[in-house]
Amino acid sequence: MSSKVLVVMQTSGAGWHRMSFEALAAGQALAAELGVECSAAVLGEGAAVAGLAAELTTKKLAAVWAVGDALLAQYTADGWVAALEQLIAETQPKYVVFPHTYQVRDYAPALATRLGEVLIGDVTAIRAEDAQSGPVFVRQWMQGKLNAEYRHASASGVCVVSVQAGSFRAEAVAEGASEVRAFAPKLEAEKIRTKPGEAFREAAQTVDLSSSAVIVSVGRGIGEQENLKLVEGLAAALGADVAASRPICDAGWLPMERQVGSSGQTVAPKLYVAVGISGAIQHLVGMKGAKTVIAINKDADAPIFEVADIGVVGDLFEIVPALTRAIQAAKQG
Amino acid sequence: MKIVVAVKQVPERDAVVRVAADGRGVDESDAAWTMNEPDAYALEEALQLKERAGDGEVVVLCAGPERVQSTLREALAKGADRAVHVVTPESGAGSLGERDTLDVARLLADAVRAEAADLVLTGLQSDDLGAGQTGVVMAELLGVPHATLVLQVELAGAGIKVKRELEDGWMQQVEMPLPALLTVQSGGNRLRYATLMGIKRARQKEMREVEAAAATKRADEVVKVSLPVRVKQTEMLTGSADEIAAKLVERLKFEVKVL
Ligand SMILES: Cc1cc2nc3c(=O)[nH]c(=O)nc-3n(C[C@H](O)[C@H](O)[C@H](O)COP(=O)(O)OP(=O)(O)OC[C@H]3O[C@@H](n4cnc5c(N)ncnc54)[C@H](O)[C@@H]3O)c2cc1C
Ligand SMILES: Nc1ncnc2c1ncn2[C@@H]1O[C@H](COP(=O)(O)O)[C@@H](O)[C@H]1O
Repeated sequence: MSSKVLVVMQTSGAGWHRMSFEALAAGQALAAELGVECSAAVLGEGAAVAGLAAELTTKKLAAVWAVGDALLAQYTADGWVAALEQLIAETQPKYVVFPHTYQVRDYAPALATRLGEVLIGDVTAIRAEDAQSGPVFVRQWMQGKLNAEYRHASASGVCVVSVQAGSFRAEAVAEGASEVRAFAPKLEAEKIRTKPGEAFREAAQTVDLSSSAVIVSVGRGIGEQENLKLVEGLAAALGADVAASRPICDAGWLPMERQVGSSGQTVAPKLYVAVGISGAIQHLVGMKGAKTVIAINKDADAPIFEVADIGVVGDLFEIVPALTRAIQAAKQG
Repeated sequence: MKIVVAVKQVPERDAVVRVAADGRGVDESDAAWTMNEPDAYALEEALQLKERAGDGEVVVLCAGPERVQSTLREALAKGADRAVHVVTPESGAGSLGERDTLDVARLLADAVRAEAADLVLTGLQSDDLGAGQTGVVMAELLGVPHATLVLQVELAGAGIKVKRELEDGWMQQVEMPLPALLTVQSGGNRLRYATLMGIKRARQKEMREVEAAAATKRADEVVKVSLPVRVKQTEMLTGSADEIAAKLVERLKFEVKVL
């Protein structure tokens, strides 16, 4: 039982980041397949971390590491890298598993570098079928158009992975009993070079898409700002709200508050019509909760079809006007 | 202020992608190439910082084969002052595909070190590999503080203050001393186009070629690349535009019940 899996949990406010338990499920599954132990770690200010760590003692874990220090009261890359480097040196895991959150993107690559390793990031599946050569980690290339299977190359070093949102099921976390073990990293205030401010939101949102029943969402396939009236026409016919992928909002064609995705709004309408949207994971996480998804895209291999209930492979400049007319006719008839 | 911007050349988004013959990479034989999108925003931020400061230099940096010079020229046409091209072979040993992120970051960090930059900007993620790591790894190699997902940069005393994106529409300000490295998120600024004058001037600007160091042993290994297998049973509608529209209306009426 020498090689072990360590899952690094992320907090959010006074509680957990929702993706932490997906990473925990992934870590437990990997450990089970390899026949090794799984532990978890949580970082933060001492008292806060003790309480959160205690919540994990009902999970199937070898240990719950409470990594506490006053300098970890607020997230900084320098603080997190230093603390985890020490915890890894102390506990010698073979695999370290993170949720692929924005915070993890900010420090895990630096931690991996310090270990002489490369983070295998944003992993959608882990297969440990071949015990000889070690597990295979699947991640996406070309914005989801290809799957690439990675292996950790060295037998000796630490294998560092992060798992993609929604790829592992938080409900699959195995229950059990374990104990909290306190770990006090040696941190120095001068080594923390960034000064983070409090989180804030920009001007209050006036558009709330989270309660929309029907959404017509437009992506870069629309080509030009001019052409937006096509989807606006479709939305009007359907009585739908208009939403968009990030590039449309980045270009200023629609306001930011209409953006759906990991850095925009999360929606769960009865119907989501995706027009000229490729279906990058950062978009999908914002609209996967839709009851029915219709995708219109000229590329039959576009990842959006992976989540669509009804798909149309074709030119939106032909399909959208025809559909708008047909809906108008149906409403009159 | 001297700013280095790392820009990567990636296949156009609309390109059809095929798996390479060896099953371990992408067939790039008829790809069209473009500047990675967030990198265009990184370049824009650098140009605006220089314009606001009234002086300084913007150096664009790319590692890759000969073809990447078209992307570096585009950056020069938009207003960058100089370009550094770390030359790697098109394919085989030493090519980008054979190197891991740490190795590519090392090539870039070595070039940055030679420039003694005050600020290094990268995009937050490449469209092809989607690692989202190279900038952070470079910061660690260079021993400078960093911030990711940056939308805006302001000079603040001897250092900088940046606005960065958190999840779900939250933002945060972070301050740090210089030199520093920032990975830039798209959307912080409007992108400029290259003017005719800019394109003309770009031809006169310096494009320095640097031979890439030999590749080091990879920490990870790509064993297989494949097209994803679709698991969802998507009902695909076919026919003329009007036939498809009629079928859709039927579903909207009787299945989705929104009409
Ligand atoms: C940290 C991070 C956060 C992000 N947050 C978000 C977010 O919140 N929301 C978001 O959307 N993205 C987000 N992104 C960006 C995301 O990765 C994608 O780049 C983006 O979603 C792509 O938008 P798109 O589908 O509109 O464009 P593209 O990927 O360019 O796709 C355009 C699609 O249109 C199709 N098309 C082109 N012409 C036609 C035509 N005539 N008819 C029919 N189809 C056509 C093409 O086949 C293609 O599939 C984020 C990225 C990162 C790294
Ligand atoms: N070969 C390269 N040349 C120049 N910049 C690069 C290269 N590879 C990656 N980068 C930079 O690193 C960022 C992140 O890339 P990645 O880690 O591959 O997602 C990109 O947006 C670029 O700014």
